Amino acid sequence: MSSGLVSHPARSIEWHLPSKRRVGMTALIVGESAIFTIFVVAYVFYMGKSPSGPTPAQVLEVPILATICLLSSSITIWRAEKAIEDDRMGSFSVWLGATISLAVVFLANTALEWNRLIYQDGLTVSTNLFGTTFYSLVGLHATHVVVGLFLLTSVFIFSLFGWLDSRQSERFGAIALYWHFVDAVWIVVFTVVYLIGR
Amino acid sequence: MSDYPLPVTHVIDPSTSASERDTFLERFHGWVVTVDHKRLGILYILYSTFFLLVGGAEALAIRIQLAYPHLNFLSAQVYNRLFTMHGTTMVFLVGMPFLFGFANYVVPLQIGARDMAFPRLNAFSFWMTAFGGFLLYYSFLGGAGLYGVGNAPDVGWFAYAPLTSRAFSPGHATDYWALALIVSGFGTLGTAINIAATIISMRCKGMTLMRMPLFTWLFLIVSMLTLVTITPLTAAQFMLLIDRYLGGHFFDTQAGGSSLIWIHFFWIFGHPEVYVLVLPAFAIANEVIPVFCRKAIFGYSAMVTASVAIMFVSLSVWAHHMFTVGMTSVSNAFFTLSTMLVGVPTGIKIFNWIATLWGGRIRFTTPMLFCIGFLFQFLIAGLTGIMLSVAPWDWQLHNSYFVIAHFHYVLVGAIVFCIFAGIYYWYPKATGRLMSETLGKWHFWLFVIGFHITFDTMHFLGLLGMPRSIYTYQPDRGWNSLNLVVSVGGLIQGIAVLIFAYNFFISYRRGKVAGDDPWDAWTLEWTTSSPPPVYNFEEDPEVHSRRPLWDLKHPDDPDWEYES
Repeated sequence: MSSGLVSHPARSIEWHLPSKRRVGMTALIVGESAIFTIFVVAYVFYMGKSPSGPTPAQVLEVPILATICLLSSSITIWRAEKAIEDDRMGSFSVWLGATISLAVVFLANTALEWNRLIYQDGLTVSTNLFGTTFYSLVGLHATHVVVGLFLLTSVFIFSLFGWLDSRQSERFGAIALYWHFVDAVWIVVFTVVYLIGR
Repeated sequence: MSDYPLPVTHVIDPSTSASERDTFLERFHGWVVTVDHKRLGILYILYSTFFLLVGGAEALAIRIQLAYPHLNFLSAQVYNRLFTMHGTTMVFLVGMPFLFGFANYVVPLQIGARDMAFPRLNAFSFWMTAFGGFLLYYSFLGGAGLYGVGNAPDVGWFAYAPLTSRAFSPGHATDYWALALIVSGFGTLGTAINIAATIISMRCKGMTLMRMPLFTWLFLIVSMLTLVTITPLTAAQFMLLIDRYLGGHFFDTQAGGSSLIWIHFFWIFGHPEVYVLVLPAFAIANEVIPVFCRKAIFGYSAMVTASVAIMFVSLSVWAHHMFTVGMTSVSNAFFTLSTMLVGVPTGIKIFNWIATLWGGRIRFTTPMLFCIGFLFQFLIAGLTGIMLSVAPWDWQLHNSYFVIAHFHYVLVGAIVFCIFAGIYYWYPKATGRLMSETLGKWHFWLFVIGFHITFDTMHFLGLLGMPRSIYTYQPDRGWNSLNLVVSVGGLIQGIAVLIFAYNFFISYRRGKVAGDDPWDAWTLEWTTSSPPPVYNFEEDPEVHSRRPLWDLKHPDDPDWEYES
């Protein structure tokens, strides 16, 4: 092998590595995806296997408003990400606030849905297999929304105090990545629970 | 051993100056709040060494009970608890923390980094793992709970439903088991994320992926595999707790649930877990074998390819644990073939190690002896694995001592042997002192002899029909003498491990001073002092080949001229 082709100490090397925060968050997302996969598989496996009611067709309503809110929050957080990269902090706070409001609407919608299911339709975790799998899967997703909301709210408070600028854009990028994941999972949960499963 | 001048000069020796200055309490506090990857690595190793002794004691109690028929050393209930705790301990509190300990200590040093990517996450992960372990053992005290029944989980380490339901597992023992695994699972997930981010984003200048030491490569693969392996278990444990506490029906067959789905979920975790444990063993062998043969590893790129292949194939073999539950012929054929397929990349690895040994100037130090034992035993473990992958053979031998012998050949014969090799190899780096070679040789020979007496014999017990998880047996089954032989072998291994533990602690004070590079090795961790300073390297290293230290020692014949 000719030594002319191989790298040589005298030659200076270009050295760029991916951001550790993005890599770490991607790794977390891969792991979380496996958790969701198991719960989705359980949901699909037990679809229509409950020996008694209520069934999904009887009690579930398609949460269109909540879905629109959550999916559009992906767009608003993307705008916030662009804003913090360009150091437009006013715009950043507005888009972040919009993201938080959309997430709150989504969670409020879930709360109302669960309230109706529990008190009107009498569906709890222990009622039947549908209840067990439904509350686990949707609850797991809602838990992730709550965690994301906590992160976003913390960042929002920091931005109100003026502690943030473009130097933190990489950190915020990791949170945004998580939020996009939470939205993407909702597409799967929505499809499985409200479209296929109903 | 090495006379070569090393590039790094040592200005500060933090170990002695710190011990003179601080009181015991201050040093203890320093260890508790540490975020240094080296200290956390050592904590992991100490933690798992402790549980290795605990799990080993449980195994010995099991073997004493089985030494003679109709023995009353343990009651049936205690026996069930002990084999459950033995399995859970050895996999989750010994195997995983040992390997993460090595990763924590060695990976940042090998890639020339200052620390892990997320040092605080690293500390969090360790303490979660540690908390999980102590939570599991607390079940001996708290497992009876308010119900007054049950004490320590007794459902087997795979805890098949519906045995884990409230009706069959009253009390809190099973809850402690599930919670302990969830908690330590979060720790494991955090460490896996950390290792992946460290290896991808923290490499020093010039260390391209194909110049990483194979140890680091394998830990990258292990951490990616862990991400998708430990999480299904966590999900399944949450389902189990929902069943037990909220009245869910996931595994409740009376309400339409399925016990089969637990078996699937468990082995979707359980089989890749074997590779999560064994790939780090390969990683250690990949470092030790070349250094003690005085040759570069044979087939570096083939090793990387084979490891990646193992990662993918290992995700599609889980149901070979389930041939006896009654699957379709298509599933049986699929899982038989996919299991056999794992043999191909694994065979490539064995071939490469042997080719590395071939023509080398082999130094039979203790780490090398353990690696040679590993090669031999892992080959046999692989062959019995191929036998068990054939569904009809498995129908005959499932849940017999043949299976026990097979997986102990992997877990002890391959993994524990490599863990010992790794400890003897990196101990001088971590402490500055060599472990005693004399005691090490005693440890190796007693352990290898005890190992073969125990686990070779177990194969025959399995072929003679002895099932696993029985607390005693009839004297007329023809198993008596073989069982006694197995127990004697276990005792010999126990003595060997005690010699190891003695060596481990005594060498810290009395061992020969190691110097920076006692083995004349080639990777970056040996360029810094032993033990390394908190900051690892005084200057950020820059590498140009897979063996940077070789290049420094041999500027006239550097590796980069030969690597493409």
